[in-house]
Amino acid sequence: MEVSVTINGTVQTHDVEPRTLLVQYIRDNAGLTGTNIGCDTSSCGACSIHLNGEAVKSCTVLAVQADGQEVRTIEGMADADGTLHPMQQAFMENHGLQCGYCTPGMVMAATSLLAENANPSEHDVRIGLEGNLCRCTGYHNIVKSVLAAASA
Amino acid sequence: MTDLHELTTDNMEASEESIAAGNGVLGQRMLRKEDPALLTGEAIFTNDMKVPGALYMAVLRSPHAHARIVSIDTSAAAALDGVHSVYSGADLADSWAAPMPCAWPVTDDMKNPAHYPLAVSKVAYVGDGVCAVLAVNDSIAHDALDLINVEYDVLPAVIDLEKSLSDVIVIHEELGTNRSYTWPLVIEDNEGDCQKAMDESAYVVKERYIQQRLIPMAMEPRAVVALPQPFGGDMTLYSSTQVPHILKVMTALTLGIPEHQLRVVCPAVGGGFGSKLNVYAEELLCVQLAQTLKVPVRWNEERSENAQATVHGRGQIQDIELAADENGKITGLRVRLIGDMGAYLQLVTPGVPLLGAFLYGGVYQIPKAFDFSCTSVFTTMTPTDAYRGAGRPEATYAIEHAMDALARKMNIDPLVLRRRNFIPKEAFPYEAYTGLVYDSGDHDKAATIAENILDYDAMRAKQAAQNVEGSTKRLGIGVSTYFEMCGLAPSRVLASLNYSAGGWESATVRVLPTSKIQVVTGTSPHGQGHETAWSMIAADKFGVDPSDVDVLHSDTAIAPMGLDTYGSRSLPVGGVAVGLACDKVIDKARKIAAHQMEANEDDLEFAGGMFTVKGSPDKTMALAAVAFEAFTAHNLPDGLEPNLEMQVTYDPPNFSWPFGTHMCAVEIDTETGNIEVLQYVAVDDCGNKVNPLIVDGQVHGGVIQGLAQALFEEARYDEDGNLLSSTLAEYLVPAASDVPPITVGESVTPSPTNSLGVKGVGEAGTIGAAPCIMNAVVDALSGLGIQDIQMPASPLNVWNAIQQAQATNQENNA
Repeated sequence: MEVSVTINGTVQTHDVEPRTLLVQYIRDNAGLTGTNIGCDTSSCGACSIHLNGEAVKSCTVLAVQADGQEVRTIEGMADADGTLHPMQQAFMENHGLQCGYCTPGMVMAATSLLAENANPSEHDVRIGLEGNLCRCTGYHNIVKSVLAAASA
Repeated sequence: MTDLHELTTDNMEASEESIAAGNGVLGQRMLRKEDPALLTGEAIFTNDMKVPGALYMAVLRSPHAHARIVSIDTSAAAALDGVHSVYSGADLADSWAAPMPCAWPVTDDMKNPAHYPLAVSKVAYVGDGVCAVLAVNDSIAHDALDLINVEYDVLPAVIDLEKSLSDVIVIHEELGTNRSYTWPLVIEDNEGDCQKAMDESAYVVKERYIQQRLIPMAMEPRAVVALPQPFGGDMTLYSSTQVPHILKVMTALTLGIPEHQLRVVCPAVGGGFGSKLNVYAEELLCVQLAQTLKVPVRWNEERSENAQATVHGRGQIQDIELAADENGKITGLRVRLIGDMGAYLQLVTPGVPLLGAFLYGGVYQIPKAFDFSCTSVFTTMTPTDAYRGAGRPEATYAIEHAMDALARKMNIDPLVLRRRNFIPKEAFPYEAYTGLVYDSGDHDKAATIAENILDYDAMRAKQAAQNVEGSTKRLGIGVSTYFEMCGLAPSRVLASLNYSAGGWESATVRVLPTSKIQVVTGTSPHGQGHETAWSMIAADKFGVDPSDVDVLHSDTAIAPMGLDTYGSRSLPVGGVAVGLACDKVIDKARKIAAHQMEANEDDLEFAGGMFTVKGSPDKTMALAAVAFEAFTAHNLPDGLEPNLEMQVTYDPPNFSWPFGTHMCAVEIDTETGNIEVLQYVAVDDCGNKVNPLIVDGQVHGGVIQGLAQALFEEARYDEDGNLLSSTLAEYLVPAASDVPPITVGESVTPSPTNSLGVKGVGEAGTIGAAPCIMNAVVDALSGLGIQDIQMPASPLNVWNAIQQAQATNQENNA
């Protein structure tokens, strides 16, 4: 069936199977592979994107449910001139990533977190990111990055 | 240029001052070059590759732990629209030139069952591959798995290590036993001495610890693309692996492919932690099928598949006996291990317990009364292999947890007991009871730094005030120290351990005609930041900006020689090789500059990218000019080859021996069993630091993986051999909300064995953390009569232990 989604400001229309997940649509149909898949139980958050401005795990949404909606992925975060989004910049400056596989999801979840709470405490950040798993950083520098972005 | 040895200081402030004086980049907290691509989605992981015409492979896995395959019917699957073909193990039995490789036959009589990418007549664990489906897309390939009908004759599972040793049920009948090997660490006359110590010492503690199985759970599951060139004859294997070079050799041997026609590439790799230090069935299947069918074949691992089909870590029963005199000085140590190999031996499975064998003495002066032996057995569970620390966290846990048990028995402070046994700073380099030489250490300093950060005495006072009778919030303080044997490794030492490969590393450094620099390394980073760190090493040597250096890696066509990234080896072996290759390039450049400037080579100084004639500061020649002269080759000294390019293969003279002290404070709610880690302090001394930003990151991540073993993670099997924790919903990788921030303390004791003075740091945090946390947990609860808690110390385990202790206390009082 035909599904149209506005991804990073561009309308995309693709013919997909009804069972297609939004993450598959983003990766396989739209060809945007910055959104990663880390699990099959909606536990890891690697596939977090913004759906109508709010972070969701794109493995929990069917592509058809996103028909006519707005999606923003990690590819849509930096400016066209190459300037990183403040959250991306904060992750870089605070060594908030190592292997980088969870990073796109973390950045999307963290920007959504700050949109809801502009001045989070360390505790707020830890609770706010509990749906996103990282195996490399021990979260220390991820939390530091998000707090830095909040105060930037 | 900055000499790293001059930078050696006791604390960060001083270290940074010295660097400023030397105008070098080493030791600076430089931001990572790797980050922009990873932060923007530009980085390509294997699963991201677009490969036109590729067939997607899915693997049918055994639902049984132990069963004979009676029959397989693939006809319905093969008939599904979009399915290309379906293969059973029997179909491919003639495809393999050799079984899957085990590179570490630790003893001459080690039992190693033949292991093929798909099982042929019998399955030996839940997840064992049975059939492979190729289809036009991933969904159809997985749909087809449901249509394969396999009839099994189910046999009893073998889950318990000690029962496995009894050989009541033999898993691999052709071996006649479940015992793979027994490996003693032979030290002359040690057995008698050890028994004497046990018989005559004032104190003996005898403990049994269980190292539960862990699932590495790198965030990126594995992925493979095999890309054949049917007419040209070459094959390219893209894989999410830590070991492209080892994989190339082993794939060539296993499939009979000429090695020179095989190229292995790692695109971006999303973490490994040892689990991608292997040669996997799916890599061999994709290459073999791509070769036969002359089309690209790819495979993406699902998470629940990863939990079953990617190696597990740990899995040991440890019996440790520690003897000490009346002052607590250690007089003898005996260790008996049973190692859980799982169903088959993967690449280095049997060697993992051996890596720990040399570390059971911890950071202490241990007499030669040390008696170690490990017996390893097969079980019907996923094969085990290296997982962050590989043998060394297990060893450290045993000695450090036993030291706390000894301290409790003696009724003295565990830190005091440790200090009585520390190898003193002046004793280094120190020949240990095992014959290995520890390069450098200052344990008292590391402990003191940790003690000061935690405010140890004040915390003990707080504990005494808080842990009064009836208190439901008990405070525990944990201490652990460690020595880590890393930087694998001197090739001759590996030979003595029967390891099938060397431990060297290769580096090539070239100055391009426009004076930009390429570093080619045999290490294969997957999160460790080698592009940044190796750039810094070269930039420091050449006196240029790190942005003028590019680091090439993880592609055997670009970096043909190498031994990859594992065992905290990359910096102390690979990074040192980079530095040495830079030195060789500079030596050659010096010859060209001297020739051009009509000066004596020995009269030239090189600093800041400029050759200067000593005493004549106006006579200079920039490296850029030398590089261009080397490129045009119009006027070179007689006999000197054009270009500035040099290669070094560095075989380290010793392991590197990082060490440290970790301390923490935990609070346990006795009514719920919940543990909150209030404070965690890690002092990890890894010698000189190329980039402290990266070092701290490695420590943070390592600590949380160790903490995760202590509090959260366990690969749980039921008695039928089903893995009960095969998704991230059931296997508790901690989230940000589950873990504390970490305070990293600074201690720098350079290694004298390499030119950078560096040691490894990738595994240190993990090694220190599990015993630190568990010592704190037992410390909090010992006042209730609890002697130990099994890892993971989940709320349920803790609560049960408290209930049991209370029941026992009531019985005793009645």
